[in-house]
Amino acid sequence: MNQTTTLIAASLIGLGLTSAASAADRHTEVIAATCMSCHGPGGKSLGTIPSLVDLKQDDFVKRLQEFKSGKRLSSIMKRHAAGYTDAETEALAAYFASLQ
Amino acid sequence: MSLNRRDFLKLSGAGAALAFTGCASQSGAAARGHVVVVGAGFGGATCAKYLRQWGPNLDVTLIEPNDNFVSCPFSNWVLGGLRSMDDITHSYDKLPKHGIRMVKDSVVAIDADKRIVRTQGGVSIGYDRLVLAPGIEILTDSVKGFQEAEAAGKVVHAWKAGPQTALLRKQLQAMPDGGTFVMSVPAAPYRCPPGPYERACMVAYYFKQAKPKSRIILLDGNPDIASKKALFMWAWNTFYPGMIDYRPNNAPLAVDGNKMTVSTEFDDVRGDVLNVVPKQRAGTVCELVGARNDSNKAWCTVNLATFESTAAPSVHILGDSVQSNLPKSGHMATNHAKVCAAAIVDLLAGRAPDPIPVVANTCYSATSGSTAGHVANVYRFEAGKGYVSQPEGGATSTGDEANFHYAESWSQNIWAEVLG
Repeated sequence: MNQTTTLIAASLIGLGLTSAASAADRHTEVIAATCMSCHGPGGKSLGTIPSLVDLKQDDFVKRLQEFKSGKRLSSIMKRHAAGYTDAETEALAAYFASLQ
Repeated sequence: MSLNRRDFLKLSGAGAALAFTGCASQSGAAARGHVVVVGAGFGGATCAKYLRQWGPNLDVTLIEPNDNFVSCPFSNWVLGGLRSMDDITHSYDKLPKHGIRMVKDSVVAIDADKRIVRTQGGVSIGYDRLVLAPGIEILTDSVKGFQEAEAAGKVVHAWKAGPQTALLRKQLQAMPDGGTFVMSVPAAPYRCPPGPYERACMVAYYFKQAKPKSRIILLDGNPDIASKKALFMWAWNTFYPGMIDYRPNNAPLAVDGNKMTVSTEFDDVRGDVLNVVPKQRAGTVCELVGARNDSNKAWCTVNLATFESTAAPSVHILGDSVQSNLPKSGHMATNHAKVCAAAIVDLLAGRAPDPIPVVANTCYSATSGSTAGHVANVYRFEAGKGYVSQPEGGATSTGDEANFHYAESWSQNIWAEVLG
């Protein structure tokens, strides 16, 4: 995890869903919110699609990296995982961990 | 009756605590002001929720004329007999708990200079930022005879989920075995690119169960299947061989509800049930601020990093009404809404919005009673280019049971995300 990501993660954990987020925080918050259109509000899913709040931060990153590389087979997630940078993936993992 | 922001604060009981600060200049300032959102569909309701989540000091008013939310996604499943109208009909009752003020009304005028909307019910409401999320207006006069046939209850578009969905289902149920269902599709752009082909799958699925001698004629105004082509070709060949007569380049010119024919430039096609989907444009309310400003005066061009109209300052437009390379889907509208809500919160706090937002689209289509496929893409905004589709995005070439179950779960989750 690089320094920027650590700072983002730290601020998210500290402030939660703050109205005074920096642009970088907001970038992550918006992507995380787009995940929720499939994975449910707050990352808590109804039905077959997995919840995101149950994932540990490291597992979240590992899983998305493996979807991206193809090491982990997926129905739809390779198409999504490949669209985000490594820094975004790590920031998303920290964000969803902060919601637990 | 006139409601400005001060009146709203009085009504909401928050006036004493809140002073209007407009665009505060210091970073870290809280966003303050009154945002009015018009339309409580996938885009509008989501935007209102996230405005309150990310801007807890904002006053948010959501104006919507309908009693309930009826989902277009999964309305084809009603036609296939896999879902009921109750399953796709949802209440707005949970939205006020987010601090959203719901107003059951329609906007009939907008004064963009004074920043006031006026409703059919005679209420004037002032705003600092306005969000228009009206969905589509269906150009029922673009197909000769459609309005008469529609008024007589003989021909529907069913391209806005609701009473027409229920009527089309009844017409299909009443059709004798051996009958013909004729559906016509407009040339792109239109709401829900894969929708017509999913509808053909769902009607074919129903026919296969209940009236297997029946057939479907799909008159397409497009030169080819406009979305998920491989998936739908696979489904039609696998599950419904010989049932679906697909005719590209067959735009409808006229419909006759007495003779029960759809006319193209080639032919008069007779059917027992006719489903004509006319072409569309941005919702009517967009015209009130001159925002239908693309080259055809049909759709709205916006700054795609903030969804602010290029025609009307402080007016943002979401969802199907927007002209862009993003697909016109309910899922996409929820993500327009999130980018827009974040931008408005930052603008009202005096901060620059994120210049490089990232959004995604996910769309499932049912191909039978137990299989579905998907299309999914991530789009990154780049200045000067708009949203750029990322590598690996695309569609499944066949359907399966896993995608069917994911589709069901998607519907539950997105309805909760929009309305819960």
